[in-house]
Amino acid sequence: MTIKQLSVFLENRSGRMDEVLNVLGNNGVNIVALSLADTSDYGMLRMIVSDPQKGRDVLKENGITAMITEVVALRVPHATGSLAKAMHEIVEGGVNVEYMYAFANGADASAVIKSDDPQKVVELLKASGFDVWEENEAYHANVIDK
Amino acid sequence: MDWKERIRDPKMECASLDEIRTLQGKKLVDLVNRVYGVVPFYTRKMKELGVEPGDIRGIEDITKLPYTTKEDLRDNYPFGLVAVPEKDIARVQGSSGTTGKLTIAAYSKNDVDLWAECVARCLTMAGLTNEDRIHVCYGYGLFTGGMGLDEGARALGATAIPMSAGNTQRQMMCMEDFGATAFACTPSYALHLAESMAEAGVVDRLKIKAGIHGAEPWTEEMRKKIESILHINCFDIYGLCEVLGPGVAQDCIHHKGLHIHHDHFFPEILNPADQSQCAEGELGELTFTTLSKEAMPLIRYRTKDLTSISYGTCDCGRTLPRISKFKGRTDDMKVIRGVNVFPTQVETALLKMGGEVAPHYMLIVDRENNMDTLTVMVEVDERFFSDEIRQLDALKKKIGAVLKQALGISVIVKLVEPKTIERSEGKAKRVIDRRNLV
Repeated sequence: MTIKQLSVFLENRSGRMDEVLNVLGNNGVNIVALSLADTSDYGMLRMIVSDPQKGRDVLKENGITAMITEVVALRVPHATGSLAKAMHEIVEGGVNVEYMYAFANGADASAVIKSDDPQKVVELLKASGFDVWEENEAYHANVIDK
Repeated sequence: MDWKERIRDPKMECASLDEIRTLQGKKLVDLVNRVYGVVPFYTRKMKELGVEPGDIRGIEDITKLPYTTKEDLRDNYPFGLVAVPEKDIARVQGSSGTTGKLTIAAYSKNDVDLWAECVARCLTMAGLTNEDRIHVCYGYGLFTGGMGLDEGARALGATAIPMSAGNTQRQMMCMEDFGATAFACTPSYALHLAESMAEAGVVDRLKIKAGIHGAEPWTEEMRKKIESILHINCFDIYGLCEVLGPGVAQDCIHHKGLHIHHDHFFPEILNPADQSQCAEGELGELTFTTLSKEAMPLIRYRTKDLTSISYGTCDCGRTLPRISKFKGRTDDMKVIRGVNVFPTQVETALLKMGGEVAPHYMLIVDRENNMDTLTVMVEVDERFFSDEIRQLDALKKKIGAVLKQALGISVIVKLVEPKTIERSEGKAKRVIDRRNLV
């Protein structure tokens, strides 16, 4: 029930982000969710895309270093305190969260969670009544069929 | 890999030091007579020092003779130091160096043959015979790399494949299709080719058994890296266009220094501080006197390359003296906050870290608020790339600590994407000095 995230190391150079997004766009890889972390000399672009493996391959062909990381996408109901409750379960379960970011999802919200034990996060969340995205759904979240 | 040591000219390559000293003395006397009264530069220099040709009777008298520097070559550009009638110049080669100005050398027909013979000795030292096919991806042109290896292959009776530099895809295709058994290029390009071939999965289809690399300083670690990717033996060939081009010296399979062909090139190691003669094993500036060259012989040419020399018979059987891998150049050395820093020190330190970083780097020296800063741009190896900033920062810290330990000064480490630092097809430019020192 974990999903695959595509991460790209970006040097702080003008136009670098543009290059990455163009490569994905031109190859029909759709971005569903995105987070950009920046440090003083480089950035880290993390994305949930329609086809992570293809995304990595096309970036590699274009000389851009990308990697695939296993993450969990949690469905968070729009009810006050629900994210707090979910995170509490993870902490109590002894799993370390490395980073997370959110994306909108119709009536609900979702959070991508990178931890040191993704499988356990899924178990902990499910055991306490939370739902997580499956791969096939996540990669096409919010895409309305024509 | 099976190894059979071959020596092309045992009479010279395994001669006793006494025999060679006698030969060198004879050749030096002849050389002085060939230039005195013919080359105005040497005539004037010798007169200034009060030396006449008759004062030179043996090789030990060499210290009486004047030095030649790169600046002297530029002042006498292009043919001021030529010692034969200009119609006898058979070839001109040149080097742009890393500083942009052209240094040229002229060769007589005999000089070209001498060059070919020296390179053939080196190729033999690398285990090659007249049955081999040598893929030459050094640049052909004024630069001596391409022509030198080509001439050497001809003298050996091997097949030369004159690829010249560039177009990695085509290099890989021809190397496979033509069944090359050896290749020659700069070490940085060799590593780039090796990585590209490993990535394309063609390594197992190649017949390559040896790599001949030179024209820029490289380290043991870099040699081992190329050797392990391609499963070959790599050799460090040395030479400079003013003196000959590649083929002045090369290391043998035992890699215990580069064997100098001292029957043609007399080496001296000079203390950089006072130009006194260094003892065996002591680090100093390598200086050559070309004993056999006709068209543009050089007396006590200061190479600016820092090395040490050792005599004695090598495990390969040769008695040719060995110079250590270059510790840098007197002009590549950067003085940063009063500390001498050589780019090769950075390379050695990075390679010692194992697979975490690629041995591709760039040094940027700058001055902020009257303080020198050294920034080292390092490529993050694809295998070690992490999407966690914490891990990348830990890697950065580790590189910083390793470099501080190696160089003795603190550095700013900047991680860059894999394969973004330029792979050179000529000489790699590893240092950018932005300090504007008046």
